[in-house]
Amino acid sequence: MEYFVQQLINGLTLGSIYGLIAIGYTMVYGIIGMINFAHGDIFMIGSFIALATFLILTTVFGFVFLPVVLLIVLIVAMLFTSAWGWTVERLAYRPLRGSFRLAPLITAIGMSIVLQNFVQVTQGARNKPIPPQIQGGITIMEGMTENGRIAVQLSYMQMIIIATTVLLMIGFTLLITKTPLGRAQRACEQDRKMAALLGVNVDRTISLTFVMGAALASVAGLMFLLLYGVIDFYIGFLAGVKAFTAAVLGGIGSLPGAMLGGLLIGLIEVFWSGYFTIEYKDVAAFSILAIVLIFMPSGLLGKPEVEKV
Amino acid sequence: MVSASQSAAPAAAPMTGEQRKWDIDPVLTVEHLTMRFGGLVAVNDLSFNVGRGDITALIGPNGAGKTTVFNCVTGFYKPTEGRTVMRHGAGLLQDMVDEVTAGGLRSIRDGDKAVFLLERMPDFEISQFARVARTFQNIRLFGGMTVLENLMVAQHNTLMTASIYTIGGLIGLPGYRVAEKAAKEKAVYWLERTRLIERADDPAADLPYGDQRRLEIARAMCTEPHLLCLDEPAAGLNPRESAELNELLQFIRAEHATSILLIEHDMGVVMEISDHVVVLDYGVKIADGDAIQVKNDPKVIAAYLGVDDEAEIDIPEVRKDLEEVEQAASDEGSAS
Amino acid sequence: MAAGTPTAPTASNRPQGAQRALEERGDMPPAADHRTSMAGSLRDAATAAFLVFVLGFFFLGVRSDIAPGGLTLTFRWGLLAIAVAIVFGARLLLNIFVFRTARPLTQRMGGAISAQGRAFPNLGKWLGRALFAFAVILPFFFTYFFPGRERQYIDLAILIMTYIMLGWGLNIVVGLAGLLDLGYVAFYAVGAYSFALLAQHFEFIGFWTALPLAGLLAAFWGIILGFPVLRLRGDYLAIVTLAFGEIIRVVLLNWYEFTGGPDGISGIPKPTFFGLEFVRGEGGFADFFGIPFHNIHRFIYLYYIIFILAIITNLVTLRLRKMPVGRAWEALREDEIACRSLGINTTNTKLTAFALGAMFGGFAGSFFATRQGFISPESFTFLESAIILAIVVLGGLGSQIGVVISSIVMIGGIELLRNLGFLSQIFGPNFEPTQYRMLIFGIAMVLIMVWKPRGLVSTREPTAVLKEKKRIGADMVAQGEGH
Repeated sequence: MEYFVQQLINGLTLGSIYGLIAIGYTMVYGIIGMINFAHGDIFMIGSFIALATFLILTTVFGFVFLPVVLLIVLIVAMLFTSAWGWTVERLAYRPLRGSFRLAPLITAIGMSIVLQNFVQVTQGARNKPIPPQIQGGITIMEGMTENGRIAVQLSYMQMIIIATTVLLMIGFTLLITKTPLGRAQRACEQDRKMAALLGVNVDRTISLTFVMGAALASVAGLMFLLLYGVIDFYIGFLAGVKAFTAAVLGGIGSLPGAMLGGLLIGLIEVFWSGYFTIEYKDVAAFSILAIVLIFMPSGLLGKPEVEKV
Repeated sequence: MVSASQSAAPAAAPMTGEQRKWDIDPVLTVEHLTMRFGGLVAVNDLSFNVGRGDITALIGPNGAGKTTVFNCVTGFYKPTEGRTVMRHGAGLLQDMVDEVTAGGLRSIRDGDKAVFLLERMPDFEISQFARVARTFQNIRLFGGMTVLENLMVAQHNTLMTASIYTIGGLIGLPGYRVAEKAAKEKAVYWLERTRLIERADDPAADLPYGDQRRLEIARAMCTEPHLLCLDEPAAGLNPRESAELNELLQFIRAEHATSILLIEHDMGVVMEISDHVVVLDYGVKIADGDAIQVKNDPKVIAAYLGVDDEAEIDIPEVRKDLEEVEQAASDEGSAS
Repeated sequence: MAAGTPTAPTASNRPQGAQRALEERGDMPPAADHRTSMAGSLRDAATAAFLVFVLGFFFLGVRSDIAPGGLTLTFRWGLLAIAVAIVFGARLLLNIFVFRTARPLTQRMGGAISAQGRAFPNLGKWLGRALFAFAVILPFFFTYFFPGRERQYIDLAILIMTYIMLGWGLNIVVGLAGLLDLGYVAFYAVGAYSFALLAQHFEFIGFWTALPLAGLLAAFWGIILGFPVLRLRGDYLAIVTLAFGEIIRVVLLNWYEFTGGPDGISGIPKPTFFGLEFVRGEGGFADFFGIPFHNIHRFIYLYYIIFILAIITNLVTLRLRKMPVGRAWEALREDEIACRSLGINTTNTKLTAFALGAMFGGFAGSFFATRQGFISPESFTFLESAIILAIVVLGGLGSQIGVVISSIVMIGGIELLRNLGFLSQIFGPNFEPTQYRMLIFGIAMVLIMVWKPRGLVSTREPTAVLKEKKRIGADMVAQGEGH
């Protein structure tokens, strides 16, 4: 039981990170119907910016008060990563808007390769470790097993991750449902041409979608950095594929679905590692994806699609 | 009013339900067809017959469920309830229908005669075995392929057999070459009939709208159907093209063993060529009879309200606008 | 976004670049527009430069490295400044000569090029023949004209030819049938591992016995994987095939007892020439034919194996296109629902495309295994799938010659970077051009796609002709799954 609860907490933490990335996928898919393959690498870019900012603040400026440092890192990472998200859209996707379906997919894969290798060339291929920044936690459960005492730990780190995710989700939902920007976005999702005719600036709305997705991915990047303490140029691929899986699982185009899917993928992965084999955790996640798509093609919260004849 | 219509239709003189031609020798029977999408009942307990060799029109206001009926008959939707019987061979073939229904079978064959329960068959088998071909409301051609290629694709199953499932064709057996030549000849035959022969080597997407409609009919005919289902074949055609379409349909009925079921809004077309008209409103049948009978049915007039008067408006622009509005509305209706 | 209705190529599914060019030609009064002014160009260039400053700040300007006491920072403001300056200059020049002028340079050049294209309508055909003729004599060409370096060139030719074959195999699935497969490398892996494992466990199995088996196994896997997923549409199919590709790789990586895990399998036998091995001395190939032994014989032989395999792939594809099944593939790409209404069993049709593509992937895989003599999961990553797909799409979906051109450009071009050693004299001794390979590959992918969204060769040739063969423009042809 204790082991189960511990895995549950770990799964939710990991799932929060996936969920934050998944929102970027789901929003972009919703609005322009393409898989933004480079989004996982935007997440990676975000974590590198967070790392660099963190190092500059601590070693050059000598800041030591962690909450302030992290807050600055968060803001800087969000801003600069947004610029990357905007640029990727502007360079690789906008020129192909209205073109045939495969072209933006190929530029997206190309962009993913570009970002990975750009970071590899400029920052080196070796991974970047930082010492753990937020330690400690609270024990929420204790019990005895045949192997001795076991305690369920909820670390401060995990609390911060889950709390930040919840806050961002609330803010984000408000943004989409209550603001003119959110309305424009939903209008573009429904019918881009009509939205344009009604005076919605479609290009700007799409750009902002990428910016928002990138900002959330950078938060996920920062959390990843803090949680695992090590990043490299290749983390974007697997995290990206998993997050996309999450978005599809939850029903692509649906924001709560992306979050739910993220949490589920996180849980599946952690429980699989905890109870079966750690090597095949990716197989578990991908198999779930395949099974869900085959039997429930619109995902958990997606709208079912009626075939138009 | 009813008596007037009877006297005007000598072919259907003794109008006691059971003896109408399409009830005696139907090629297709739709029985108690119901189609629900979630809470929406698109078609409700619909029954009608399509007579062998007839041109049958399925009409009704927008959103009446006509296209849904088509999609159920051709297998694109699985009906919620009901039975759809397709017959090859004259008469009701009641024994065979009972046998196939009771036996849980999809079809049964006895010499030349065959009975198919369409609701039990996947869509492609309905075309392949039951020989029901169809066209679509929003034309579905293979736009990037030439006109000729479109017609060759339609003869897929014949050619597939002739090529011994590709293997024979791959190693160059003569049988396939002969079959391909025959297929091309059949394509040419239909291209001549539809006056598309000059455009044979052009991509289908390059054709003007009216030609595309005719090409779709030619393509459907290349599958050698017993029943041809046309979803608004006259939509968007100008009066001359519309008249040509009538000729083509009458030619198909006269020269080929093909019965025709069509959805149409153009009352001119319907009244001129239909032997039998079924009227649908809100998924329910409100009238069933020959053209004149239906035209004078008060329920039909009520259902159409102003729309029926459309025929009286003789200003082309206004008519065109009306059609466009209708088209848009029916597009929306079929999308839901 | 659905790619518009395939039957009506309206402005919405035409490449936007062309559309925009049209509009600009029609509406823009030259010179008087503020967009062509110098100040505007400068402002735009400054914006671009600022953007590069923002983007590059943490990547070009700052670098973190592992040091004994944790990560240390190096600042490279000079590099950042150079990058900003280059972008400012380049953008300014582009603005003046291309983007913001009444008569862009590209338009003038583009006009000249397309005029040439019109003048030689059979260019593709002749180019194909010339390339084929060159491919036939290629090993002798290099041994004769580049003695001493022939091994390197033939090796590169083998590599390119492998990608051509993979591209042709995938072209059946993506180009003809319109099924987006992002996990094609899985079948390449199945082919390679089939041969490697068969050879490991059964003494008597050589390359030529394993080749058909590997192809069949890959096709079998294609059917197994394809059956459940082929009813998925477009992007979903793409992502599930990607997932399957990754699953196969992870299994190969972790099933240590069977596949050797990350260590891979080594000692895979080399192909023999009718039983003759390419070894020195008694009973070898050279000995039998009474010619002096040379290492290059084996490479030449390998080259011809892959060349013939690729040609077979091409011929089978070309032949199938004119058969009912091939036409059904293309019809499926154009409109699946119409196919079903014509009695075509779409599941079977898709499966044959998937299985056939997989089979050719399997052949290429077992060739890869025998050429390398060693395989490990490293060689079968998603990147490989992406490269093959990129080759197909950049070449122009469904175009056989397009695959050849884009393989040569992308694979050959990238490998050329290995030969740019002289650049280190300009950029300093630490400069290593090879590390920029994939970066340049990615940039090229993006640029070519933006430049020609339909690929380099984008016309389609009809498979049945009544009177006159007319090529079909790319804007007519659907890309599959777009309904």
